[in-house]
Amino acid sequence: MAETVRAVPREVPLGAAPPAFAARDITLRQVVRNGVLAGLGVSFVTAVGMVQAFERRFIVSQLSLDYILVVAFPLALGYLAGRPPPVLEGFEAPRLGAKNVLAGLLAGALAGLVLMAFVGIFGNFDVRDVFTNVSPEALARITFGEGLFEGSLAMLAVQAAFGALGGALNLVPERPRRAAFLAAVWVVAFGLFSPLVRQVLDNLGFPFLRYMYRSVSGALTRTGAVAVFVLFFVLSLVAKGSRLQAGERFRALPESQRRVVGGLAILAVLGLLAVLPHILGNFLSEILNFAGIFLLMALGLNIVVGLAGLLDLGYVAFFAVGAYTTAVLTWDRPEGLAGTLPGSIRWGPELTFWEALPFVILAAALAGIIVGTPVLRMRGDYLAIVTLGFGEITRLLFLSTWFKPYFGGALGVQRIANIEVFGVEILSPQNFFYFIFGFGVLAVYASYALQNSRIGRAWTAIREDESVAEAMGVNVVAAKLWAFIIGAIIASFGGAIFAVKVGSVFPRSFSIEVSIIVLVIVIVGGLASVPGVILSAIVLTATPELLQELAEYRFLIYGVLLIFMMLKRPEGFIPSRRRLRELREEELAQDAWLRAARAQREREELAEPVPGS
Amino acid sequence: MRKPWSFTVALLGALALVAAACAEEEAPPTSPGAQPGATPTFGPLGGVVIGPGEPIKIAVFEAISGDVASLGTDQVRGVEIAIDDLGGQLLGHPLEIAGPFDDLCNAEGGTTGAQRIVADETIVAVVGTSCSGAAVPAMEILSEAGYSMVSGSNTSPILTSAGGEEGVAHKPGYFRTAHNDEIQGRAAATFAFQELGVRKAATINDGDPYTQGLTAGFEAPFKEMGGEIVVSTAISKGDTDMRPVLTEIAAAGAELIFFPIFQPEADFIVKQAKEIEGLENTALMGADGLLSDTFIEPIPEVHDTPPGPNGTERGMYFSGPASPDTPGYREFVEKYRQKYGEDPIQAFHAHAYDAFMLIVEAIKKVAVDVQGTLYIDRQALRDAIGQTSGHQGLTGTLTCDQFGDCADPKIQIFQATPDRKTLPEVKENVLFEYEPQA
Amino acid sequence: MAQLARVGARRAVQLPLLDGFVWLVRVAALLAVVWGSYRSLTSGRLTPGQWRDLVVIGLSQGAVYALIALGYTMVYGVLRFINFAHGEVFMTGTMAAFFVADALSRTGLWTDQVWIPLLAMLGVAVLTSTLVAVLLERVAYRPLRGKPRLIPFITAIGASFFLQYAFAGLFGVDVKNFPPVALFEGKLDFFGFRFLKTQLLVIGSALLMMGFLYAFVEKTKTGKAIRAVAEDQEIARLMGIDVDRTIALVFAIGGAMAGAAGFLWSQHFGQVSFRTGFLPGIKAFTAAVLGGIGNIPGAMIGGVVLGLVESVSPSLILIGLGIPAAHQLKDVVAFLALVLVLIFRPMGILGERLAEERA
Repeated sequence: MAETVRAVPREVPLGAAPPAFAARDITLRQVVRNGVLAGLGVSFVTAVGMVQAFERRFIVSQLSLDYILVVAFPLALGYLAGRPPPVLEGFEAPRLGAKNVLAGLLAGALAGLVLMAFVGIFGNFDVRDVFTNVSPEALARITFGEGLFEGSLAMLAVQAAFGALGGALNLVPERPRRAAFLAAVWVVAFGLFSPLVRQVLDNLGFPFLRYMYRSVSGALTRTGAVAVFVLFFVLSLVAKGSRLQAGERFRALPESQRRVVGGLAILAVLGLLAVLPHILGNFLSEILNFAGIFLLMALGLNIVVGLAGLLDLGYVAFFAVGAYTTAVLTWDRPEGLAGTLPGSIRWGPELTFWEALPFVILAAALAGIIVGTPVLRMRGDYLAIVTLGFGEITRLLFLSTWFKPYFGGALGVQRIANIEVFGVEILSPQNFFYFIFGFGVLAVYASYALQNSRIGRAWTAIREDESVAEAMGVNVVAAKLWAFIIGAIIASFGGAIFAVKVGSVFPRSFSIEVSIIVLVIVIVGGLASVPGVILSAIVLTATPELLQELAEYRFLIYGVLLIFMMLKRPEGFIPSRRRLRELREEELAQDAWLRAARAQREREELAEPVPGS
Repeated sequence: MRKPWSFTVALLGALALVAAACAEEEAPPTSPGAQPGATPTFGPLGGVVIGPGEPIKIAVFEAISGDVASLGTDQVRGVEIAIDDLGGQLLGHPLEIAGPFDDLCNAEGGTTGAQRIVADETIVAVVGTSCSGAAVPAMEILSEAGYSMVSGSNTSPILTSAGGEEGVAHKPGYFRTAHNDEIQGRAAATFAFQELGVRKAATINDGDPYTQGLTAGFEAPFKEMGGEIVVSTAISKGDTDMRPVLTEIAAAGAELIFFPIFQPEADFIVKQAKEIEGLENTALMGADGLLSDTFIEPIPEVHDTPPGPNGTERGMYFSGPASPDTPGYREFVEKYRQKYGEDPIQAFHAHAYDAFMLIVEAIKKVAVDVQGTLYIDRQALRDAIGQTSGHQGLTGTLTCDQFGDCADPKIQIFQATPDRKTLPEVKENVLFEYEPQA
Repeated sequence: MAQLARVGARRAVQLPLLDGFVWLVRVAALLAVVWGSYRSLTSGRLTPGQWRDLVVIGLSQGAVYALIALGYTMVYGVLRFINFAHGEVFMTGTMAAFFVADALSRTGLWTDQVWIPLLAMLGVAVLTSTLVAVLLERVAYRPLRGKPRLIPFITAIGASFFLQYAFAGLFGVDVKNFPPVALFEGKLDFFGFRFLKTQLLVIGSALLMMGFLYAFVEKTKTGKAIRAVAEDQEIARLMGIDVDRTIALVFAIGGAMAGAAGFLWSQHFGQVSFRTGFLPGIKAFTAAVLGGIGNIPGAMIGGVVLGLVESVSPSLILIGLGIPAAHQLKDVVAFLALVLVLIFRPMGILGERLAEERA
């Protein structure tokens, strides 16, 4: 690059010192690495059976999800292969050009080669005894049914082309690139969730539905895809700037006006939510209801993990306590046969939901204290494993023969009474939506109120540094216990609603996977970020319900998502502003934790409680 | 510490507000009503109108994902073959599967799936669910909405009747072609007590509703006959070391262990039992959950367990629904093989076939045809299925009782012996057949 | 000042309450254990020989836990980080051993020269687990070194689920049965204790490996480097120790031990599926904490204690207390034991004062 004419690099602000070093540029290593990764990625999704599972989910016209997945790898990694390294101070910015495209092309071709090797090996040797999902059909699918060799050559060309396209994306300025990316994601989403979108648009009386979607496969038509793309491309081009502006303008308003505007915005959202179930219809409302139950749990866990920094891996225990307390107190005991037959429970006071609720709160608080007390003195990792143990203990006790006369063992509790509100039973999913929504609003309100309260600040202090917090006079023991209790109560509301909603409870519903899903929701949404948690609860729980092919790969995807989030965006997709700031600071103080133990001991000496001051 | 308290109070107060808001939103439940002006009028549960050329839609609602996927897939295939047998047509309308909906083998799956079915008012009836845990909430929703459902593999007594009385979860409109656990438990107990001469038995369940129901169904009649249950215990799914439980059972002197559980826990019991001193003469008996080729073929210990007091040959015992020996069934298996390239993968494909056929027969009885438009009354359909009597199905002669049990309650006991090491061979080796006296 | 006084006063009230509660738990637990054991032992339900059998069962189960626990404890000792995915590292090794066994069982080697396939299984299991552990460190954990500890821990949970379900997708969800090895069938008697040959194999190899590892860490130069990095990474770096390499080595050793445990598992239980690693992983971690995390002999002791608790306590304590279907509650007792040990000795049985200071 030395002989190129020096141009003023765009990224360097005017007035900065002229760059002293030649630009750093794309390395061969970068290209090879991304190419091989892309190839391995495509081979992996084929080998685990995703390609075959997705082949009947049409997104746009004849294009199905499996091919989108297969080209997504070279596209994304081709982009990375062709991306110039970040401009450091004192370095010249690299010029963009054909070489970025070429790098992408190379990476894509490399991916194609890796895939070819994969097809060659698996096509010629029968290894189905070991790799159960590498079927001839799957191989035929990724070779377009054109024969192993010709087909994989064709696939190589496709991969190279998409790699080149990915590389070329580097030439596009950031704003349109981002907008195009978002628009493409929206097109895929419109295709994926076509039953949902179609139903909503239909209920809204949208006139062009039949031009937008194909009636049999449910895929977007080409026209529909273009329309969605253009719409969201323009929207995101315009929206980003105006959203920022709106935010700034909002913050610039005087306090009184800000309240009015904020109140109006909240009212608008509430109004929208009020009509939502009628737009969605029965089934989609039902899915939303389950998302709402998970949301309650996630908001509760968000207080425990996000605010107080106590990693609870057995959070499902509180959910189970809420569900079982409600079930046992409200189930409708049939006359005459209680206590004599297998699966019947001896005791049941047959309360109404509202009469049972105080007991649910009480039971949850008690559970919070029982779990919280022994772990108060433990930190971080010990806490995680002990809470995980408590989660399993709770499930096993509800399942056990020991408590079968009270909780029904594996046969669970049935005939749980419906909720009555002023003499009217809540039965339909739509009405349940309002009910769950009411609890959700409460939990959201509680999250915000607690965050800004004294105890919220105490939690933040504990999360940052327990010893310092203690030295500052924070009552660590009480604050931690309150975090457990409040988290437990919110989760128990989720459990109570779940019990009534389903009408029966079984221990099977309270496995450790639930704890993990809730944790994933909180992490992906952004620790301590309420809007993030709301969004991720809805997306992460509704998606597997709507796309059953995906449900099978749910935990695989969650696993990748967790790793990716922690590596690239530990603050979550919608980070809390405060948390983001903290993470930045933490990054600056990277190695401080190494000396934490020693420093802490010193601090503890300083922090001896002052008697009676 | 005032904040949390005031928060709790505020919470309760706000709950009341939400409650008030909900009450106003309450709308009368939408019932699948008849179209105005349609000729036949429908009863209280409404009905389905199928225009000329429109399909008759029957939902299939089974466990088709996760670790029980084979249970549901097998049944979906049974229904598909039933449709083939009918030529894809019924009363001049095409027959169509709605779904398959996934019951996920749990209560949540039962709820969402049922809501999904209820949302489609053109669905006439439902075949499913696979799992009893899913059936409980599904039954509530479907029954409320007027649908009829016929399950091919639910066996829990709580769904229909227990001890001759209505089960806690039973709702009108629920039927099944699979046998009630009580019958299988009684069959196993009768065989153990009368044929094998066992007087002391132990049971192990794994905390699954199915296995818990079955061990309970074994214990009660075994005690009635005069036997003694020396250990009634449970293990957890995921356990691998069964030696402590088995030691406990050996100490109690059990002559037979009845463990109607699943793989892989059952594998450990069979493998480790031979290592325990005191179990040298103790017979082992499983149930239909273990009648699968992944259990019987690869584990050599299955073919070499003690025969029990009066037993003659070594090898493990299994209880299970009588494998239908009708020509119809053999034909069915042939079609299955041709269509899917493998032998039936689970025990309930024929039950699902029969479940579908019960619905079809009932539709034939109650559907009213007015110039090519079919009118099916939901209440009438429900009643017609309930009145099924002497239906010749693949699994035997089906007759529904007042609680919805329609199965031909024939249970057989099979044995895997040193010369019978494959599933078909074991299923041919019938030692005992049980049929309850009416 | 008034504020501070109030805080102080509240603390004075609340702490004794809390301590009282904890004391109550301790007394109740002790009473339950003593009363249950007394009832069981005097009932004569099990013969002394059967009690001894239960002990042997616990020892061999504990040995497997201990080997897996080593991986947790070494990584924790050096990085103060729980490699939640370590159970899956163990599973990958077991799975690899299965494919070797499955391929070789069809050859004559399996019956004639069974030690060759056994060595091959061991070798492949160790290699696979080591590779997976090192890769995991390189891809998922190294970039996060120095971040708040919650972050790599959550990454590890993600890695655990990813590995489980990737293996389920690649190799199927079915349970895979190892072909039986004639060499290990039968029993041996020692001092009135009846051992299965597989149990002897497991206990013996675990002891041997533990001894080697202890000697390695305590006596060799590399071991010294590991201990130095555990003590203080910055200073170790200044002393010329390649910290990255040492940490990778720690992961490799943990992985190798897990692979060996996988091989022993295959002989002891004869089965593997994609879920095989999860529960033993959690148990092994529990064992590591029980023994005092970061402490190598502690892992051994913790493993054995946990194994014994699991095998003996349902029969000894729960049945004595009259609880039905006691074996179902095995895990309840195991986790309660963890909680109790941490209440009595927050640093674990052999631990340094870690729980309060560094944990």
